[in-house]
Amino acid sequence: MSETKKQEQTSTHKIGIYLWIWGLLFVLSFFSYMVDWFQFQGLLRWTLILTFMFLKAGLIMAFFMHLFWERYALVNVLLWPMTAIACFVFLMVAEFRYTLFTRLFYFVVGG
Amino acid sequence: MSDPKIEGYTFKPGFKGMAEDTGSDQTIFKGVHWGKAMMWIFLLSDTFIFSCFLISYMKGRGSTPVEWPNPSEVFALEVGGVPVPLLLIAIMTFVLITSSGTMALAVKYGYEKNKKKCGWLLLATALGGLTFVGMQAFEWTKLIHEGVRPWANPFGAQQFGSFFFMITGFHGTHVSIGVIFLSIYAYKTFAGHYDTRKRGWFTSIKGDYVEIEILGLYWHFVDLVWVFIFAFFYLW
Repeated sequence: MSETKKQEQTSTHKIGIYLWIWGLLFVLSFFSYMVDWFQFQGLLRWTLILTFMFLKAGLIMAFFMHLFWERYALVNVLLWPMTAIACFVFLMVAEFRYTLFTRLFYFVVGG
Repeated sequence: MSDPKIEGYTFKPGFKGMAEDTGSDQTIFKGVHWGKAMMWIFLLSDTFIFSCFLISYMKGRGSTPVEWPNPSEVFALEVGGVPVPLLLIAIMTFVLITSSGTMALAVKYGYEKNKKKCGWLLLATALGGLTFVGMQAFEWTKLIHEGVRPWANPFGAQQFGSFFFMITGFHGTHVSIGVIFLSIYAYKTFAGHYDTRKRGWFTSIKGDYVEIEILGLYWHFVDLVWVFIFAFFYLW
């Protein structure tokens, strides 16, 4: 429907916003590299990795992929299926813990 | 972009707009080019594929009682005799982000019908992708020489190799395909196919700069996947 309409006017976002996001992505990548550089361990390491990861992913999706300006009808179709992935992660965490437990258990008691 | 000024539809933000779109007894994604909607659906399915890879990696790594190889040491690069941890991976990350930035600008200049800038930025993006694949080939060669195989490796848990080659290989394939398409679209841009609305090879639909945005979605997605691979495979 829409693609048949003649698109006369052009309207784009200012270049500044792209440069800002670009710069932020560089800074966040640098920070996540620093997590490894300074060899943070344990909970601190995982929290920092996940924080920088989600920030970067969010910035890319919102601004580079234009989701921030997109209609909610499209945004919601795209984002809700992600909850299925979260559920799958949750299930598989329970699964690998059980597998690890049985392996260690039978290594000790010997089948 | 569902911009009313571009596509001639009123844009109502938030859930109110969504309710009106879905309850209108018409097409839902009003003003969204069909190709763009299809690319998003494809990317959603691709998200599930990569998620399955990363989740199986999580399960494999979590369920083995053997020590997992330390990625910080495995992917270290010697600079003047001193091993620098994850150096190559960090450079690859920055190269990919750079190419993502040039792609975003290419989309912007495409919509402004600035043929030259758009074309050159597309070429720069392709060059970034090519550099990335080149460095990945170097990384694979190095690891294979060190004895890493899908079934064995000298550093620790044997599952490491299969997950590494599968995940980075699948991502590298995506980058390579992206480079091919970026080159084709750069040619089409310079040749003015989007200005003259020339038809593509296998379609009767007329060319438009929205195609650059659709290609851009794919390229940003490749960068997006790398963000997750970098976090889970190399840093974790």
